[in-house]
Amino acid sequence: MDLRFTDQELAFRDEVRTFFKENLPPAIREKLKEGRHTSKDELVEWTRILNKKGWAVSHWPREYGGTGWTPVQQYIFLDELQQAPAPSPLPFGVSMVGPVIYTFGSDAQKKQFLPRIANLDDWWCQGFSEPGAGSDLASLKTTAKRDGDHYVINGQKTWTTLAQHADWIFLLARTDPSAKKQEGISFILVNMKTPGITVRPIVTIDGGAEVNEVFFDDVRVPVENRVGEENKGWDYAKFLLGNERVGIARVGVSKERLRRIRELAAATTDHGRPLIELPRFREKLAAVEVELKALEMTQLRVVAAEAKRAKGKPDPASSILKIKGSEIQQATTELLMEVVGPYALPYRQEHEDEEGWNEPPIGPDWASTIAPTYFNTRKVSIYGGSNEIQKNIIAKAILGL
Amino acid sequence: MDFDFSEEQRLLKESVDRFIGDRYDFEQRKTFAKSDSGYAHENWKQFAELGLLAIPFAEEHGGFGGGPTETMIVMEAFGRGLVLEPYFSTVVLGGGLLRHAGSDAHKSEFIPKIASGDLRLAFAHGERQSRYDLADVEARAKKSGSGYLLEGEKSLVLNGDSADTLIVSARMSGDERDRSGIGLFLVDGNAKGVSRRGYPTQDGLRAAEISLSGVEVPVDRVLSEDGLPIIERVVDEAIAALAAEAVGAMAEMHALTVDYLKTRKQFGVAIGAFQALQHRAVDMFVALEQARSMAMFATMMSAEDDAEARSRATSAAKVQIGRSAKIVGQGAIQLHGGVGMTMELKVGHYFKRATMIDVLFGDADYHLARLAEAGSLAA
Ligand SMILES: Cc1cc2nc3c(=O)[nH]c(=O)nc-3n(C[C@H](O)[C@H](O)[C@H](O)COP(=O)(O)OP(=O)(O)OC[C@H]3O[C@@H](n4cnc5c(N)ncnc54)[C@H](O)[C@@H]3O)c2cc1C
Repeated sequence: MDLRFTDQELAFRDEVRTFFKENLPPAIREKLKEGRHTSKDELVEWTRILNKKGWAVSHWPREYGGTGWTPVQQYIFLDELQQAPAPSPLPFGVSMVGPVIYTFGSDAQKKQFLPRIANLDDWWCQGFSEPGAGSDLASLKTTAKRDGDHYVINGQKTWTTLAQHADWIFLLARTDPSAKKQEGISFILVNMKTPGITVRPIVTIDGGAEVNEVFFDDVRVPVENRVGEENKGWDYAKFLLGNERVGIARVGVSKERLRRIRELAAATTDHGRPLIELPRFREKLAAVEVELKALEMTQLRVVAAEAKRAKGKPDPASSILKIKGSEIQQATTELLMEVVGPYALPYRQEHEDEEGWNEPPIGPDWASTIAPTYFNTRKVSIYGGSNEIQKNIIAKAILGL
Repeated sequence: MDFDFSEEQRLLKESVDRFIGDRYDFEQRKTFAKSDSGYAHENWKQFAELGLLAIPFAEEHGGFGGGPTETMIVMEAFGRGLVLEPYFSTVVLGGGLLRHAGSDAHKSEFIPKIASGDLRLAFAHGERQSRYDLADVEARAKKSGSGYLLEGEKSLVLNGDSADTLIVSARMSGDERDRSGIGLFLVDGNAKGVSRRGYPTQDGLRAAEISLSGVEVPVDRVLSEDGLPIIERVVDEAIAALAAEAVGAMAEMHALTVDYLKTRKQFGVAIGAFQALQHRAVDMFVALEQARSMAMFATMMSAEDDAEARSRATSAAKVQIGRSAKIVGQGAIQLHGGVGMTMELKVGHYFKRATMIDVLFGDADYHLARLAEAGSLAA
């Protein structure tokens, strides 16, 4: 056992770090540091910088544009990316539908979609959840009825993240209504411009517009847009969800957040003393750091084990990463709330972000994103398989209960 | 010891509950929030008619002669309704300062107008650097002729944008954090030299940044020349009132969540059948009841004359309220799943209000430290 990175791994880390330092547009870095959302154009710009370097889909097999890095290198890359802080490539393409397509898709699908995912030429969104099918995803009701060489899709998806920007949606729909729950579902790729699709925004409690409802009304999709076999979609979805969990710990994001909390707590005074000097505050910060260190080591153990296990078999231990990772992210936002104190209160209005607006911000210029971040981060224990569902998985698959 | 309400208090509760039930559902509230002032003037009139605006004032000044318990009853109902009108700013804060610092002349002049709904107040006290320190005042009051000139910047003034009259704190002597030398002044909201920048707050209410530049105040508008003890007393009352409001919000969040557990179906059953969720709902319930108890305790103690005992009780209540609000609020969102994250359900709005109550007049962490420094709460 030697838990240190090897010399090669350290050299790799420096290379990645230097690349981010030199190539990440400063405006994007600032936005992420301040907890603001990057725009569609900014994510496209950044993805293309990565893609030019050959790093946009680093974890894909080499033949589809991946890097061939070891799992440890992948981990280092992600960690450095999150700490930069740089935007992660859009997960719906690179982490979700991309791997499904190169694992189960047709040659034509691979040719058509994979390069465009890597370059963010196509913006993908994930059409799994429905109003009646959240944790119990297999109870989904959207149907795809065969009509010659087309499917006709009817139904509703919800919580579809960033569907307002999307060119394509991958969805699960019922192709055999008589089959049992998990059977009779197919995995279908749908162009968002197809007639019959309506996107309605859902405003979240932070005031953000990141999720939507997507309605399908007699939407005709060519049969060749189905991935893999008909009625086998559930298997592909399980494969996809297993991949989703791995990246969800977001250790690098929390590291960066803790650094920022230190900075802000040094700049904030309480009875004339910087908050960071108060033992009670430092202890809370240290306690979260301990949790994060433990999570990082756990994550590295999962990563190391992954190198040795059969491809595509998710490790139930990755549920630990999801649970702890989300709890730590939420804990960092609570610390931020403590730092900002009363200046959590003002609500930043849209017109304040417009060009030409020159009134000073209310309170410190970093304050306005704190409460929205706290509110918004409640989502991380809900999506990607809620923490309750993760606990059920561990109880069953690891503890045998 | 008696936890029951008197007959009069029961009637008050009935009438304010009825108002919230009839006039303040989620849809109606949305339309109130859209107006310029951020609330509905008809509601304010109704408050006057129901006598709510007169509650804590002495009968000789046109008040109702109520005490902290009556305020608690109203604020809890307002917490359930997520009421937008500036009751807290006008009656609890402004009215409190008038009650404790005002001369007879001030009281006879202002209180009837408050009671009739013709006067809204705001307390312009906090400043950019002051955080939760009530003694931290840099704004200055300089002697000028027989009156004063006010200079300074006030920040996060609740309902400061629509208030008719501001009660402004400013230093008559001493340095930034000195306990003595803080004056309280009654200033017309539209007086020369007052500029106000209003904005919405995270919970859908309103506040303002207020700039005072050479604002003239005649001597009969000086409310106090040694304001800090009064401010502290009123803030203790205000925290008790906010605690009651938070309890109202938490009670609703909890009720909505339990209801959701009974109706939302996944895996072929109501999700309330899952024991993991039952236990979380129970943890929320325990937190709610602990908060309710401490809101009552703070209400009782807010009438206490011993400032130290009162302050310790207030801090203890604020700690409990802040902690309970996290347990109840975060749990409510979690158990609702995705829909809990949206503005479309009321539960998220309660969560935001309860969260903002924590950062008003010192969060749980601040009050815990204050209490630890003050010694023991046990008596
Ligand atoms: C911000 C956000 C973005 C999202 N983006 C997408 C997206 O892009 N595409 C997409 O398809 N979906 C997306 N989702 C949906 C997400 O995957 C679901 O919200 C999630 O699966 C939970 O489903 P639900 O919201 O219906 O909650 P429910 O499943 O109704 O759960 C409600 C509560 O019950 C609990 N629960 C349910 N079953 C059990 C059980 N068996 N045991 C114990 N507890 C249980 C849950 O943990 C939760 O606390 C997003 C959600 C959010 C909040």
